[in-house]
Amino acid sequence: MSDTGAPVGRAARIAPGWWFVAPALVLIIVFFLGPVIAAIGLSFTDFDLYALADPRAARWVGLRNYSRVLHEPLFWQALRNTLYFALVGGPLTVGASLGAALLVNSRALRWKSTARTVFFAPFVTTLVAVAIVWRYLYHPRYGLLNWMLGHVGVHPIDWLGNPHWAMPAIIVMATWKNFGYNMLICIAGLQNIPRELHEAAALDGATAFQRFRHVTIPMLAPTLFFVVIVTMIGYLQLFTEPYVMTQGGPLRATTSLVLYMYEEGFRWWRLGVAAAIAFLLFALIVVFTLIQRRLSPRAAT
Amino acid sequence: MSASRAQRDRWASVALHATLIVFGALSLIPLLWMVSASFMATGEASSFPPALVPHSPTLEHYRDLFGRLALGRYAFNSALVAVITTTAALAINSAAGYSFAKLRFRGRDRTFRVLTAGLAIPVQVAMLPLFLLVKSLGLVNNYGGVIVPGLASIFGIFLVRQYALAIPDDLLDAARIDGASEFRVFRSVVLPTIRPVLATLALWTFLATWNDFMWPLIVLSDDRKYTLPVALAGLVGEHAQDVELMMAGAVITVLPVLTLFLFLQRYYVEGVTEGSVK
Repeated sequence: MSDTGAPVGRAARIAPGWWFVAPALVLIIVFFLGPVIAAIGLSFTDFDLYALADPRAARWVGLRNYSRVLHEPLFWQALRNTLYFALVGGPLTVGASLGAALLVNSRALRWKSTARTVFFAPFVTTLVAVAIVWRYLYHPRYGLLNWMLGHVGVHPIDWLGNPHWAMPAIIVMATWKNFGYNMLICIAGLQNIPRELHEAAALDGATAFQRFRHVTIPMLAPTLFFVVIVTMIGYLQLFTEPYVMTQGGPLRATTSLVLYMYEEGFRWWRLGVAAAIAFLLFALIVVFTLIQRRLSPRAAT
Repeated sequence: MSASRAQRDRWASVALHATLIVFGALSLIPLLWMVSASFMATGEASSFPPALVPHSPTLEHYRDLFGRLALGRYAFNSALVAVITTTAALAINSAAGYSFAKLRFRGRDRTFRVLTAGLAIPVQVAMLPLFLLVKSLGLVNNYGGVIVPGLASIFGIFLVRQYALAIPDDLLDAARIDGASEFRVFRSVVLPTIRPVLATLALWTFLATWNDFMWPLIVLSDDRKYTLPVALAGLVGEHAQDVELMMAGAVITVLPVLTLFLFLQRYYVEGVTEGSVK
């Protein structure tokens, strides 16, 4: 009688558990964690087009890439643009999500599941494709947006051609695309609020608005906070919208950190400099993650 | 009192549904206009006031895209990459997720903690050395270079693990006592039990791969290898003035994923709530 397969004895042979995780683990180490660590090294070298042909041409330059990037006005502009997008776009998206969730969750509403599907649909679409659609919606002369605004007396705005409007335009587009995702999380949060709380407040004579203000919002606050931070972290990685809609312009008003990194790394092949930009972005994301861990009452699992 | 109460409720309901219609219209207008403009004659979408529906619907842009511009090839590339990635990712991530949930081995929990910590690292950090690695493997401008880095997913492993934790140990032990090997237990007992989460994972992987842009843009340099999003971004550079043509291209890109979602949204939605509300 053989006991093959019984994971009892701690024999010299490898436990079956390792065989099951091995393919995933190897792939993650080789194609993700390994490159992340290699990126640290890369950011300390002058790896460029010549090194791409012959890696021996790359030299160790210490912190020079970092000091170069930090002295580059374009880096600071990209940082400002990225923070603008994340700090305004995150709360705006979650606000829209909450509004949609309250709507879908209200007891008097008909066509609930249709509404949920409609609100969620933009999220599953291909970003490149809908970014192109919005380019035309924002067209100063023929776009639907200016036409609709014209009915309420707003003069045509060159949304993507004006440095002041380009980023707000991208924020609105991203809000449209993403609010459905957080809506689902908000709905789950709303359904976790015990109904007795609402009923007790109603018995005490609280109006619908008072119940929203004093029951719904406090009960939902931890979820909302979590969702806002996670959305902001995603938004710090802005790339496709400016790449497709504005190419980072006008006047660099929509150049994000990732777009800047992409241009340095894959257009000018300054991979060392690009790696330094990537780590500065990483540092920024770590700050947001720490804020979330610190302030979130529910510890992450 | 009850009369006025009923009246107030009716007004509240009207306001509620009016808000719903406004919100819903805002969600759908960009997509509806995309479809509508794709059937307009050349130049019709560039008029003032904007045309909302095609005057005389035409398929010329779709013919143009599939004929002259060979969009069929890009659609094929996208489908190929997405199907291979999804199939392989299912096998790899479900095995790992199950093992982290149910099998005992030394270092298991520590390994899993390291992986979940890795979730916080933005993928862009890995992209530069990853490109050099892929280049040294000869996979630049090759579907392999697009597919392989996306196979194992920490999020996917996490999703499967959460679900597999609920499998009763007795069920697994019964199969082992019957003499089944660990692989047999996984294939015949575990996989059928976790089928719903596999559907979620498959759908997520397929949509994410189909919609992905930045990495295929970096890896694929030969335009015959492009996936749809990369081809579309290139097309808009040359044909920015051909609004109707671009809208037809957008429809072709969005339609497969939107259709999949409409039919399988139950699984998709479960993934959102499972994955985020821990």
